[in-house]
Amino acid sequence: MPSLEDYKGQTPAWCPGCGNFAILKSFKEAMVELEIEPHQFTIVSGIGQAGKFPHYLKCNTFNGLHGRTLPVATGIRLANHEMTVIAVAGDGDCYGEGGNHLIHSMRRNINVKLFVHNNQIYGLTKGQASPTSMEGMTTKNQPFGIFSEQLNPMALAVALDCSFVARGFAGDITHLKALIKEAIIHKGFCLVDILQPCVTFNKINTYDWYRQRVYHIEPAYNPEDKTEAFKKALEWGDKIPIGIIYKNHRPIFEERIPVIKDNPLVKQAFDKSKAADILQEFY
Amino acid sequence: MDYTIKIGGEAGQGIQTIGDTLAKVFARTGYHVFTHQDYESRIRGGHNFFQIRISDSTVVASRKRIDILVALDNESIAIHKDELSDGGLIIYDSSSLKQKHDELSFLDVPFSKLAEEHGGEKIMSNTVATGAVLGMLGTDLDILNDILNDAFRKKGKKMMEGNRNAAVAGHDFAIKNCLKCSFSLARPSKPKMLIAGVDAIGFGAIASGCKFYSAYPMTPSTGIMNYIAGKGKDYGIIVEQAEDEIAAINMALGASFAGVRAMTGTAGGGFALMVEGLSLSGMTETPVVIALGQRPAPATGFPTRTEQGDLNFALYAAHGEFPRVIFAPGTPEQAFYLTNKAFDLAEKYQIPAIVIFDTYLADSEWTYERFDIGKIKYDDYRLRGEAFNNLTEYKRHAFTETGVSPLGVPGDSRHLVVTDSDEHDEEGHMVEDAETRIKMINKRLFKKLPLIKQEIEPPIIYGDPAPEIVLAGWGSNYGVMKEAVDMLSANNKIAMLHFIEIYPFPSTDKFDYLKVLADAKLAVCIENNATGQFARLMRTETGFEFKAKISRCDGRPFLLEEMTGEINAIIGRL
Repeated sequence: MPSLEDYKGQTPAWCPGCGNFAILKSFKEAMVELEIEPHQFTIVSGIGQAGKFPHYLKCNTFNGLHGRTLPVATGIRLANHEMTVIAVAGDGDCYGEGGNHLIHSMRRNINVKLFVHNNQIYGLTKGQASPTSMEGMTTKNQPFGIFSEQLNPMALAVALDCSFVARGFAGDITHLKALIKEAIIHKGFCLVDILQPCVTFNKINTYDWYRQRVYHIEPAYNPEDKTEAFKKALEWGDKIPIGIIYKNHRPIFEERIPVIKDNPLVKQAFDKSKAADILQEFY
Repeated sequence: MDYTIKIGGEAGQGIQTIGDTLAKVFARTGYHVFTHQDYESRIRGGHNFFQIRISDSTVVASRKRIDILVALDNESIAIHKDELSDGGLIIYDSSSLKQKHDELSFLDVPFSKLAEEHGGEKIMSNTVATGAVLGMLGTDLDILNDILNDAFRKKGKKMMEGNRNAAVAGHDFAIKNCLKCSFSLARPSKPKMLIAGVDAIGFGAIASGCKFYSAYPMTPSTGIMNYIAGKGKDYGIIVEQAEDEIAAINMALGASFAGVRAMTGTAGGGFALMVEGLSLSGMTETPVVIALGQRPAPATGFPTRTEQGDLNFALYAAHGEFPRVIFAPGTPEQAFYLTNKAFDLAEKYQIPAIVIFDTYLADSEWTYERFDIGKIKYDDYRLRGEAFNNLTEYKRHAFTETGVSPLGVPGDSRHLVVTDSDEHDEEGHMVEDAETRIKMINKRLFKKLPLIKQEIEPPIIYGDPAPEIVLAGWGSNYGVMKEAVDMLSANNKIAMLHFIEIYPFPSTDKFDYLKVLADAKLAVCIENNATGQFARLMRTETGFEFKAKISRCDGRPFLLEEMTGEINAIIGRL
């Protein structure tokens, strides 16, 4: 059985008080409790403060390009669907640069778990607007305030029938850990949007701002009711729901591919002599 | 025997079906066949043609002169009439074209009427036309019948019989009515294989153990995806149509990281989107093979036409400095073996390998006796299973003598596989220090490069071993250059230098091609582009400067007569 010590990685270079620390802690604890050992999973991360995440624990790691976590994660899952594959991205990475991949990963329902560290700001590039920054917020690059409407990833995901849609909060570690575990256990593409205060660049969406607004989705709520889920997904402002907003049991992409029905691609041996059979087809 | 048949008409009229069927008949008869296509970027209408050259000796290029024109519309007659040889004939259906030609070079075959009467359906008129061409040439229908049976078996007995009868009707009509037909065909011989460039790349990938192909459709690369997708189930290959080319290359890199051979394919425009991923392959040392199909650009250009305009792009695409290999096959056979070599080198050195081709090669069909599967190289360079697990220590980017670090398959071992698009240390974790950076550049670039260079084969020389005239070129101009050498060698000491392993640029160790060029009175560089990209690469790499160039950049391939004409004109100026 793994212990927390087994996941100890490099020392994080995040700002003191950054919401990412809480996500890291919740994640490590979740993996210990799920008994998934470091070599049994791969994290694909992008660029941004969230992109550094896998270096700060122990796991197989592909820290790729900005916005491109999901295609890489998809390729890994298709080559080896026995591997747990987790994508970690920030709001700029996933909702901005890589938006197209997000849409199509939901459509495919590839069994990848996507954790978005959503701090509603660009941290690594020092404080520009992100797709989830609130309308009207002023930044160095948006001196007249942000004109574009804030992206609602939860509503987008429900609309696209994403298999698992949840929101967590870095200020509520126990709840977040439970969500991470549920996502990893769930069969299907998971989007877990994690509200994560940026203590350096986002002076609006602070710990206090979130604490005053977030509430645990009531136990009686049925996340498999899509209409209710859409209503829940639209909630933002004075009250922000955290928990599982929507889930369904669509078949996963990997299971529908006949080629890997019995064996992961990476375990299938290649027989060169079989290629000779093809030659006949050209006569 | 050297005949050319051209089928012309609008998109959607079935030109390709007639062309493919005839090409197959001739290949099975044992003739040498070369086909090329010219089509517009549309599903219906416009003017398209399919050209087939047949001979009893090797043919590897298209000629301008044609012997039979199958005209499915009036425009085909107007455009191609002048290309007819002495004794050449145009067959058409006057009732469909609503125009009657009384000249002796026209043969009016009622395709549509015969189809209805003998086949049962008007739609079979293309089969009538196919039968009629074979009737004009005086061959029997046995092979065509086999092909029709295979093609229509799934559609039922009625369709099979109907098409066979339609073919007979066209065939017999032509024999009876074509008084001017005087074609004489060579004796049949052993059936030959018939293969197009894209199929050869796809076949080469499968024979190399490719397990994953992700791409976004784009002419002229789509045929590779179609081909591999059709074989996926039998050969254990996942083909995924990605949402865009960015996803396509990143998926391939993910699959490769996870432990399987992976490939993507695209055209220049899609490659532009892949470029950041190319750099990612370079930094993370993740093997990937990219088939890059050139078509006339910039931007959308001529979507369905041909050009060799992306050599510079393949050479210099991507930010940063890292090794890559670029192969430019000139024939389906070269495409087959070079795709294999691309997979081998990509994995051996953990680099991206680009197979650059163009629409002309993609669509052209060639005949061969056979491909030698025995020449396919397959070595699994990855660290897997027990061998990986038994290591006491593992670092994905370990510094080694060769610069090549062990490529572990994640999950096969308790050792972790870590890589990063950021500069990283031996373990794969991101770093900022100058010392590691320098060591990594040494490892990734300077240690590997000389080893990769040693793998590169020199250009092929064909023709006079001590030529006074050298035709130099790369990629798909192989065929037309080779036949030009054949045609001009009676009066000239002439040879071709054909480059297929383009980058790293071949050294002169194995073959001093620079001496051949330097000793020649005339060295002509032949390229399908406006600026002479290969000539510039040659000068950059070797200092040799071509004094003469033949270029074409109108989206069409070089035809034999035009090529020899231009060469003769240059010789005349000497």
